[in-house]
Amino acid sequence: MSDGTFQPRIVAFFCNWCTYTAADLAGISRMSYAANVRVVRLMCSGRLDPQFVVAALRQGADGVLIGGCHPGDCHYQVGNHKALRRFTLLKRLLGQLGIEDERVRLEWIAASEGDKVQRVINEMVAQVRALGPLGLTAIPRPHGEAAAVPPCCAE
Amino acid sequence: MSKPKVGFYWCASCGGCEEAIVDLAADILGVVAAVDIVFWPCAMDFKRADVEAMADGEMAVCFVNGAVRTSEQLEMAELLRRKAGLIVAFGSCAHTGGIPGLANLYSREGVLAAAYDAAFATVNPEGMRPQTEYAAPEGTVTLPELHETVKKLDQVIPVEYYLPGCPPPVKLITGALGAILEGTLPPKGSILAPEIALCSECPRKDSKPEKLDFTAFKRPHQIIADPALCLLAQGLLCLGPSTRAGCDAPCITGNMPCTGCGGPLEGTKDLGTNALSAAASVLEATDEASIAVGLAEVPDPAGAFYRYSLPASLLYAKKGS
Amino acid sequence: MSSKVTIDPITRLEGHGKVDIFLDDSGNVERAYFQIPELRGFEKFAEGRPAEDMPQITSRICGVCPTAHHMAATKAVDALYHVDPPAAAKKVRELIYSTFFVEDHALHFFFLGGPDFVVGPHAPKAERNILGVLGKVGLEVGTEVIGLRKQMRDLISRAGGKVAHPVFGLPGGVAKALSADDQAAFIAGAKHAVEFGLFSLQLFRDLVLKNEEYVAWITSDTYTHQTYYMGMVDGDNKVNFYDGQLRVVAPDGREYLRFAPADYQRHVAEHVEPWSYIKFCYLKGIGWKGFADGAESGVYAVAPLARLNAADGMATPRAQEAYEEYFQTLGGKPVHHTLANHWARLIEMLYAAERMVELAEDPELISPDVRAIPTATPDEGIGVVEAPRGTLFHHYQSDAQGVVTRANLIVATQNNAARIAMSVDKSARGLIKAGEVNDGILNMVEMAFRAYDPCHGCATHALPGQMPIKISIYDQRHELVREIRRDGV
Ligand code: SF4
Ligand code: SF4
Ligand code: SF4
Ligand code: FES
Repeated sequence: MSDGTFQPRIVAFFCNWCTYTAADLAGISRMSYAANVRVVRLMCSGRLDPQFVVAALRQGADGVLIGGCHPGDCHYQVGNHKALRRFTLLKRLLGQLGIEDERVRLEWIAASEGDKVQRVINEMVAQVRALGPLGLTAIPRPHGEAAAVPPCCAE
Repeated sequence: MSKPKVGFYWCASCGGCEEAIVDLAADILGVVAAVDIVFWPCAMDFKRADVEAMADGEMAVCFVNGAVRTSEQLEMAELLRRKAGLIVAFGSCAHTGGIPGLANLYSREGVLAAAYDAAFATVNPEGMRPQTEYAAPEGTVTLPELHETVKKLDQVIPVEYYLPGCPPPVKLITGALGAILEGTLPPKGSILAPEIALCSECPRKDSKPEKLDFTAFKRPHQIIADPALCLLAQGLLCLGPSTRAGCDAPCITGNMPCTGCGGPLEGTKDLGTNALSAAASVLEATDEASIAVGLAEVPDPAGAFYRYSLPASLLYAKKGS
Repeated sequence: MSSKVTIDPITRLEGHGKVDIFLDDSGNVERAYFQIPELRGFEKFAEGRPAEDMPQITSRICGVCPTAHHMAATKAVDALYHVDPPAAAKKVRELIYSTFFVEDHALHFFFLGGPDFVVGPHAPKAERNILGVLGKVGLEVGTEVIGLRKQMRDLISRAGGKVAHPVFGLPGGVAKALSADDQAAFIAGAKHAVEFGLFSLQLFRDLVLKNEEYVAWITSDTYTHQTYYMGMVDGDNKVNFYDGQLRVVAPDGREYLRFAPADYQRHVAEHVEPWSYIKFCYLKGIGWKGFADGAESGVYAVAPLARLNAADGMATPRAQEAYEEYFQTLGGKPVHHTLANHWARLIEMLYAAERMVELAEDPELISPDVRAIPTATPDEGIGVVEAPRGTLFHHYQSDAQGVVTRANLIVATQNNAARIAMSVDKSARGLIKAGEVNDGILNMVEMAFRAYDPCHGCATHALPGQMPIKISIYDQRHELVREIRRDGV
């Protein structure tokens, strides 16, 4: 990982019932995927607050991956519908702020689809690597004050 | 006991915040009696030298409105910070960046080009631009430099309190002045407005259903809104659920949705995406196609959800601007 | 000896006004530069926003005259969405707009101009403020001014949601229909406003016109410029603030142009100078000939003086009487004296009040039919109103979703910017001779600003009637040799 190429940091928010299980399966099945991803487990993709996504980006993530159960399979019935609505609107907002499409991605991945976890992650890491670091405009801080650490809300 | 010294100052402001202070009308006389106003360029002679001559911390409190975008405003903010015990960021611009903060969606170059090159009626074949130093035949004429981005007040100086609103409602201003005089200010860092959502003081709150479900958002010119019913329930993007109360919902009284000038609720990390989340949640659409239809009439999420708060957001400005 | 004088009034609008004055070798003024040192970029960040949000977004250009921007933008989005508001909606709009005119003109005359006229230009500085005005006219009158303004502002809130940044304007009408109670409140307010307008004019007659020195001063050369004048007129060439055609008269008073606001680009252009962030408007048919008087120069003026010059009269009876008296007293049309703006403003205030009565008493005012829903594809719209400070243009283009792709805003002050620059230059020349910088220049510059009432937020500096100004004189090495301050420190 230290061969000089840019190693993007991806934060993945996976729902406990499907995608997180699939990521586990991928691990157990030794389906290797890029080590750039840090997985955060949520009970349901419907729990994903869009604030988490921008907080992750602000705290250094170059991309955010959201994984949930396929439509109709959500453990809580409609959590992933809600996630899709938020995601759709959020993507448009992020686009207005100059954040490239490939950096924030939503995928439906069932518990059995370990291979999809592997494929999606590898694909996304390659795409974000090609884009380079996120490079948000720094938030100004008053002079002489240590930069406050934005509150971590991912965990 | 001597009266506390109070100051008012504006940075990049539209003047509406100053009018709000003037709108205190009769109340202001009570304030004038109880405090010693030592600095208020709007209403009194500007005496920067007098401020400079004050001992550090001599002014008990200074209310500062407007965002910050030039070096001059920055200097004044820093000076007032030294002289005032408490700084209150007054109004949306100082609190969260305000509407002028929407300029952070564009580069400074874009802003200049729109004004001097692209504007419809502008005749500027030589591509003339205002210059910070211009060598006129008679000598050098100077202009202040525009900063790349618009900042809210606490991005240039530490701030103790915030008074939200565009402009802040008279009720909140009097409340804040009262708390200062009576020594009942909440802990530093507080927003001097109720910790509840606007919906709770909305005259239409009783018509807001427990569970909102509509299939598509509408824009205000597309429907004739029922003047008695919750606007969100009618499909209008009302930010009442994610906006702080304190204004008595004048926009709703005017039959228009809340656009969020009251600023974030307690615990909000990012006003825009928080409001976006609330709005997306109430839509009754489950698949991609119907979601696209349902959100089609929210054509400008950044402008709608960060209407008053882009500089205060975790994203701050458009990437690369 | 060559020195630079900087007058740096700490005011607002797009930043604040600043004047740099250069002296020649003999210490006389070579050139004075009137500058606006900030740009907020509304034209740019209008892009990407839905057109129907423009009335609320652009009102933040100015918190003193938000209703003017709200109204111009609302009319522009009517045009952009190709929708004609129902008659009742137009009446509600014009009623709110007239109410705003009364309130804003009262603010300007009593809090801003008042100290100059009522207290007098030679009164001690300490008295040239609102307290001085109260001392002269009595606390009762002062209370009346404050009360009238509060009543007008409350009426605007009542119909428009908020007074600072109202929300009533929508393409195709207004957001809310008025009730019978609202109507009653407006009728009462309107009648009060008419009385107040008559009273204010009488006050002007008594305190100003009966004082020969004041009259001489109004007609003095320092404040006189022979330029074109622009203003909105109705079908009978009477002054109108809300709707009509734009009429331009030449320095000799003859009609030069009469055009539909939507054709403004054919007649009005903006010129860029490297030393100010503000653009300078001129008449396109004549062209930009620099900062010059006369029929050969494209410079024109707007605001009360210009509106009265550009029209043939007022549409309401008492205002018409006052209009006739005005031109008789000042020697016929057009009046070129900038300071006559104050008088013209009071005539307009009376007109706005009389118009309020007409509209408030109209039974159609409370019709529930205040909205037309747009059906055509949005594309482009131009909205023009007369702001208290002069003609205000809003122009938007949008995509088929009604999202703004391009915007142009010509604020009142821009129309006047060239003439203001000329006035400043002229007063500087008159007051700085052979290196002697007369402290009176502070007063003169301030009074010129006030008369034009530029949207510098001067109005919010109005409480004491003093715009703080600092003059710094630098020698060739840019070292400060002298500093004069408005507050006399
Ligand atoms: S907060 Fe609103 S009223 Fe205050 S200065 Fe900003 S735009 Fe104007
Ligand atoms: S959503 Fe808007 S209209 Fe509905 S109750 Fe809340 S503030 Fe009132
Ligand atoms: S209703 Fe919303 S937008 Fe209107 S004043 Fe209150 S907080 Fe601001
Ligand atoms: S439980 Fe997996 S998306 Fe809801």
